[in-house]
Amino acid sequence: MTSATTAHSVVEPSATTRRFAGSLVVLYAIITMIPLVWIMLTAFKSPDDAISYPPKVMFKPSLEGFCNLFTTRSRQTPEFIRSLGSPQGLCDSIARSRNMVVAGPSNYVPRFVNSLIIAFGSTVLAVALGTLSAYGFSRFRVPLKDDLLFFILSTRMMPPIAVAIPIYLMYRTIGLSDTRLGMILLYTSVNVSLAVWLLKGFIDEIPREYEEAAMIDGYTRFQAFVKVVLPQATTGIAATAIFCLIFAWNEYAFAVLLTSGNAQTAPPFIPIIIGEGGQDWPAVAAGTTLFLVPIVVFTVLLRKHLLRGITFGAVRK
Amino acid sequence: MNELSASSRITYRAVMVRPGVARRIRGLSDRTLAWLFITPTIVLLLAINIFPLLWTIYLSFTNYRANRANVPTIWLGADWYQSILTDPDIWAAMQVTAHFVIWTVVIETVLGFGLAYLIDKKFRGHGMWTTIILLPMMLSPAVVGNFWTFLYQPQIGLFNYVVAFFTGRAASSFQMLGDVTLSPWAIVIVDTWMWTPYVMLICLAGLRSIPDYIYEAAEVDRASKWRQFWSITLPMALPFIMLAVLFRGIENFKMFDMVNLLTGGGPGSTTEVASITLKRAAFESWRTGYSSAFAIILFVTVFGLANIYVKALNKVKSR
Repeated sequence: MTSATTAHSVVEPSATTRRFAGSLVVLYAIITMIPLVWIMLTAFKSPDDAISYPPKVMFKPSLEGFCNLFTTRSRQTPEFIRSLGSPQGLCDSIARSRNMVVAGPSNYVPRFVNSLIIAFGSTVLAVALGTLSAYGFSRFRVPLKDDLLFFILSTRMMPPIAVAIPIYLMYRTIGLSDTRLGMILLYTSVNVSLAVWLLKGFIDEIPREYEEAAMIDGYTRFQAFVKVVLPQATTGIAATAIFCLIFAWNEYAFAVLLTSGNAQTAPPFIPIIIGEGGQDWPAVAAGTTLFLVPIVVFTVLLRKHLLRGITFGAVRK
Repeated sequence: MNELSASSRITYRAVMVRPGVARRIRGLSDRTLAWLFITPTIVLLLAINIFPLLWTIYLSFTNYRANRANVPTIWLGADWYQSILTDPDIWAAMQVTAHFVIWTVVIETVLGFGLAYLIDKKFRGHGMWTTIILLPMMLSPAVVGNFWTFLYQPQIGLFNYVVAFFTGRAASSFQMLGDVTLSPWAIVIVDTWMWTPYVMLICLAGLRSIPDYIYEAAEVDRASKWRQFWSITLPMALPFIMLAVLFRGIENFKMFDMVNLLTGGGPGSTTEVASITLKRAAFESWRTGYSSAFAIILFVTVFGLANIYVKALNKVKSR
């Protein structure tokens, strides 16, 4: 070891090591991004460009994928199309260039709205229940605390298909199958375990002295919880909410088995977008892109809390 | 429960006019509040998780079929359990699952730890690149599975094109999803792509938890870098690696969505992991009693693993 590298610290990696490590990581990051970038590019390709061989990196951007995603079309004779007036809007003219006319909106928007309603509904419920329980577990002496906490976590470990069998029968009996309410309750029950574990970690970090000081000033325990603890826990609650939101947004197993129309979310819908003669890849890619963009944004927002979220609050860094 | 520090308790006594009454009311409200706060969660989990679970246990002893609800239910005892544990199809599914779990966990751990080790060198811009690497694990496994079927298309898929480019084989000469020998690896590749960042993130936390002074002491003792890695880095990061391995093991043992969209268990049943067998039995052949018994067997296995997982969590937490 030369004196130059040992001058400041023995444990600092040398400049060469750093550059070498950096280039390997960047290489991995680029390789890992290729599938995602490819799907986003495919969303802007015409159907012919999307299935060309060799795969096209350079192409003329087209909005046909998005048009096909949002509309249903029917094939017509050229004479019939000529008899119509001028095309209404971009999608109509794209459809006409393929001897088709726009027949109406597709189901993508309702499925997307279902995803939004179910994800937000279950997140609000799970975070509300989770915050209360986490405070209870954090501050009070609850009998069998560790067993209860393990019980709460273990419900999340159940294989979804194993849970879906009785839920399917139960929902059929009480009329909750294929309803948004049913899905909200189900996702809440899965998310609440994560919310309790994560939020307990966040609330444990808030010094008890704050509430005690507030209680000495005449607040009741409940007032102290609302006015002192909740504002302190805002960051934790927000991070937890985003995790719940992502889970509910991404969930597929329950959605595909328990919903068929009314309450169907986007993940079971996107794979069944088909055009004439097989899957309409630009439309699938467009649906995928729109579905994934919010997650990418949330991941960037969450990056400081990701570790906590994926380890149920155990590893805090 | 009353955990006021000594000084604040004195202040408290001084401020309150009738401490006895006040303490009684507050003591009571603390306890009530604890139950008020915790009960809703427990009730929800009892209704949506535990009650159905008990129902599944009951059904697993009967001949019930969800598509023939009017047929009188007959108590069968442990018949289903016996037939499942001796069913060669179930053991085939278990082997497929084991292949998937073992290979994904091994590859993800090696790659994830390697990446974490490199990122821990703190090169310029490592924060941004780490966030980019983390993206795949946040995405929906179903949507990921679906778009990988596009990349795996034999003629037009990007994956085949890249493999063909580097190996010189024709891009249409192999089918990742339609081939009996390749398809088990196709699902391993996608899972590795998606979940290596997860292992990386946890390993990174492990590496960062090792204090610098240990390495400084090792330098003073003239331990080689190689020796430092095997005697300090690896043992000290091991609880974190174990945590990642256990969690990936549990998650992949119950893997459903990604594989269902990539291959649906096919070709034949070469990628039919346990959850897909279960789905086919429960929601395609409607053998509700049989699939309930299988669900219970899977659940007991996962529960056992989860028990170990929580112990590992607590071990890491106490660090």
